[in-house]
Amino acid sequence: MAVKVLLPNAFQKHTNNVKEISSTASNLPELVTDIEGRFPALRQHLRGDDGQIRRFINFYVNEEDIRFLGNEKYAFQEGDEVLVIPSIAGGCS
Amino acid sequence: MSLANSEGPLTTAYWLRCRECGKTYGHQPLSICDECFSPLEVAYDLEYAKTRFTRETISQGPLNMWRYKALLPVRDSYVPQTPSGLTPLVKAPRLGAQFGAKNLYIKNDAVCMPTLSFKDRVVAVALANAQDFGFDTVGCSSTGNLANAVAAHAARLGLKTYILVPSDLEPAKILNTQVYGATLVRVDGNYDHVNRLSSQIAERYNWGFVNVNLRPYYAEGSKTVGFEIAEQLGWRLPDNVVVPMAGGSLITKIRKAFNELIELGLVEDKPVKFFGAQATGCSPIAKAVKNNTDVIEPQRPSTIARSLAIGNPADGIYASRVIRGTGGWAEDVSDVEIVSAIQELAETEGIFTETAGGVTTAVTARLYAHGRIKPDELTVTCITGNGLKTTDCLDGAYEQRSAIRPRLAEFETFVEEHNAASQGLSLAGESYGG
Repeated sequence: MAVKVLLPNAFQKHTNNVKEISSTASNLPELVTDIEGRFPALRQHLRGDDGQIRRFINFYVNEEDIRFLGNEKYAFQEGDEVLVIPSIAGGCS
Repeated sequence: MSLANSEGPLTTAYWLRCRECGKTYGHQPLSICDECFSPLEVAYDLEYAKTRFTRETISQGPLNMWRYKALLPVRDSYVPQTPSGLTPLVKAPRLGAQFGAKNLYIKNDAVCMPTLSFKDRVVAVALANAQDFGFDTVGCSSTGNLANAVAAHAARLGLKTYILVPSDLEPAKILNTQVYGATLVRVDGNYDHVNRLSSQIAERYNWGFVNVNLRPYYAEGSKTVGFEIAEQLGWRLPDNVVVPMAGGSLITKIRKAFNELIELGLVEDKPVKFFGAQATGCSPIAKAVKNNTDVIEPQRPSTIARSLAIGNPADGIYASRVIRGTGGWAEDVSDVEIVSAIQELAETEGIFTETAGGVTTAVTARLYAHGRIKPDELTVTCITGNGLKTTDCLDGAYEQRSAIRPRLAEFETFVEEHNAASQGLSLAGESYGG
């Protein structure tokens, strides 16, 4: 079982310009671990000081926000396409 | 003026800066920090602006939003070609009387030119930068108003366009995009689907997407709403501002505008409370405010206020912070309340707004009713779009009487019947009230 994972341009500085990977992860936590294993330089950028994935990073499975599918509990299906997209905001506090 | 940054010296008075980690990026079509993947925003050298952004220089500027050019991200040499903004700020005594408000003003961007929404402001700044970066094609993802604005401004500037919208958009907003010759792409999905696709497109094609890779510049255009409110009040700030929220950017940018005016000494510093308005059918930011958090839980939108139907608002975190940090509040209202408020605003102040304005007006009423805004406080409610774009929400709302023949006697009969009907309604009202 493998899923296709598309990485955003913003990651490529830390992934040697790799834009797409195939992963056998079965859920989101495993996928993040897989990505960090392949691209160790990305890890410190992907997570905040609290060790959590930064909140501006969104994961989509096929056409749906993974938070609508159960988030970390969602089990990837064969052929799923996972998009990683940072939120595009322009605000200030 | 030369400023040091991590990329080397800068020669402009503004630059991109990561909102979270502070890394700077100079001047380029980019919206995401490559260190922490957080949003970028435009920062200014306010010392440099001090001599260029004064009450006097502004008063000598053009009668549109470009009078505030010195605090917008365009080069000193930029000659504006899209005269938007400087819309009326009107006192609203008749609407205020309905709410028990004595000092209520309306910022009326229902008449912002050329496409009758506040989006003309942001697009003016975004496309100025699109030209500066050399893009020949621009685009956007839109709930309608932005599509209209990009299409019109791009036509004027001779740029090609790809505009992506949800397929269920109001017919008027689709027509008001296509008439400018824009290439419209209807997407089978909601705005959040459209927006995600736009992010991918902007990475694939070398185009200027106003709310993707041009987003930091685009968002700055919203500040002109705040600049205008202050100037039109005689260079003072209001006590409260009520702002509709979709992605959540506008409310944060009005705050930024007020803060810049304070820092440059154009207005006296004073606390201003920020209030946010959403439709109950899409209220992720209002929900966060009510739960006293800046964690935004995404929603699947279901509301007639399609221009506010963004279920995963990118600026929601910042909007929530602004509201909670200033002692304001957020409310959400039903579709029935939205339509009633559209009618109430039109009947009392002669302003016909779209559904988003119905949201803002209904929320304003509730804020007074709940005592969150006091009657005497100087309050500005922001109307951001025109009712002619969403007339479908009023389908069937008004009875069309049969035509009379062109005879005075028939007109007199009409008036008698009309008065009798009005009196009947009035008596029914008294009976209901008693």
